[in-house]
Amino acid sequence: MIDINPMVIFLAAIFTNNMIFSYFLGMCSFITVSNEIPTALGLGQAVTFVTTATALINYLLYKYVLVPLNLEYLRFIVFIITIAAFVQLLEMIVERYFPSLYYSLGIFLPLITVNCIVFAVSLFMVIRNYTFLQSVGYAAGSGLGWTLAIVAMAGAKQRIKNNNLPKGLEGPGITLIITGLMAIAFVGFSGIVQIQ
Amino acid sequence: MAGGNYKKIFKDGIWNENPIFRQVIGICSTLAVTNLMLNSLIMGLAVIFTIAFSELTVSIIRKFTPRHVRMIIQVLIISVYVIIVDIFLKAYYPEMSKALGPYVGLIITNCILMGRCEGFAQNNPPVKSFLDGIASGLGYTFILLSVSFVRELFGFGTIFGFKVLGDWWTNWTIMVMPPSAFFILGVIVWWARSKTEKEEKEKEGGTALS
Repeated sequence: MIDINPMVIFLAAIFTNNMIFSYFLGMCSFITVSNEIPTALGLGQAVTFVTTATALINYLLYKYVLVPLNLEYLRFIVFIITIAAFVQLLEMIVERYFPSLYYSLGIFLPLITVNCIVFAVSLFMVIRNYTFLQSVGYAAGSGLGWTLAIVAMAGAKQRIKNNNLPKGLEGPGITLIITGLMAIAFVGFSGIVQIQ
Repeated sequence: MAGGNYKKIFKDGIWNENPIFRQVIGICSTLAVTNLMLNSLIMGLAVIFTIAFSELTVSIIRKFTPRHVRMIIQVLIISVYVIIVDIFLKAYYPEMSKALGPYVGLIITNCILMGRCEGFAQNNPPVKSFLDGIASGLGYTFILLSVSFVRELFGFGTIFGFKVLGDWWTNWTIMVMPPSAFFILGVIVWWARSKTEKEEKEKEGGTALS
């Protein structure tokens, strides 16, 4: 694990190991928020930023606090507290100093705490024994990969908005099937770069 | 009255308000473990345990919890039970723990748990909340198992590891890969939604006639 270039991990996290298409993570907001491209893009940016920042903090906490104290099994609690606290703090800072940004991104921030991928990145990073730089690459890549997926989905949904669908298939049903088709496309990337 | 109430909780959890196809939440960790039925079953049991006991705890302390910190308290309660599950699996089923990997930890961010704690346990007595947790968990497990049934049957020709389809069967590689899970779940959601649509129409028609 030590000798993989962080850049490779970054690319792999976007294409071959995309959080949505190969790990099914972050689906909740993926299904509900993917109706318009600008909204999707906003949420994607916020998720990417939070994922990267919390992965950094969690990496340092895990390496320098939990491991020396033999408290690895507490990592779930510690990670989730870091994420919740970070999001809360970020919300307050953005609201205070960047009001315009707050109005465009602020509504997404509370959603991020329960976004699976933020937590998942921290967990995967620990399980795979990434180094510091590798973790950064992985976190940023995962966030960007998720953004790519949700923006693509928003685009696809805008195109089919006025088409007639069977009643039961509207909404989540068709979203899942489009996701399946996209996932097949992403399978085509596999083999370009390989991480676990 | 009380008996009917409990029956209603179960019916709601498993069918009427099934977290996955009614609200389409909580599928984050659902799909990744559906390649084998055994994995899905263990995952389902873990979720039932966590959700039932978290709801019980949240419900017991609901009167002492200040409202504005309730979210973080719920998350902490859920994490405690997830840690118990994780340690238990590691100690007694190390192979299963490896197969499920980080997905056990990801139960914490599963929207179903927060949703039920916030939406049900916060306003209901402990026993009722506990049963509601079991019911929601069962509904969740039911979906997990139906998706993994299709994937394992066509992908490996087995059910719970036992060979059911003979040697003539050619495994469908697509069923082992992630995309199939999206398709199967999509079709299940489609089926469930059209079914309710019909039921509702019949009900409306019925009331209009009478």
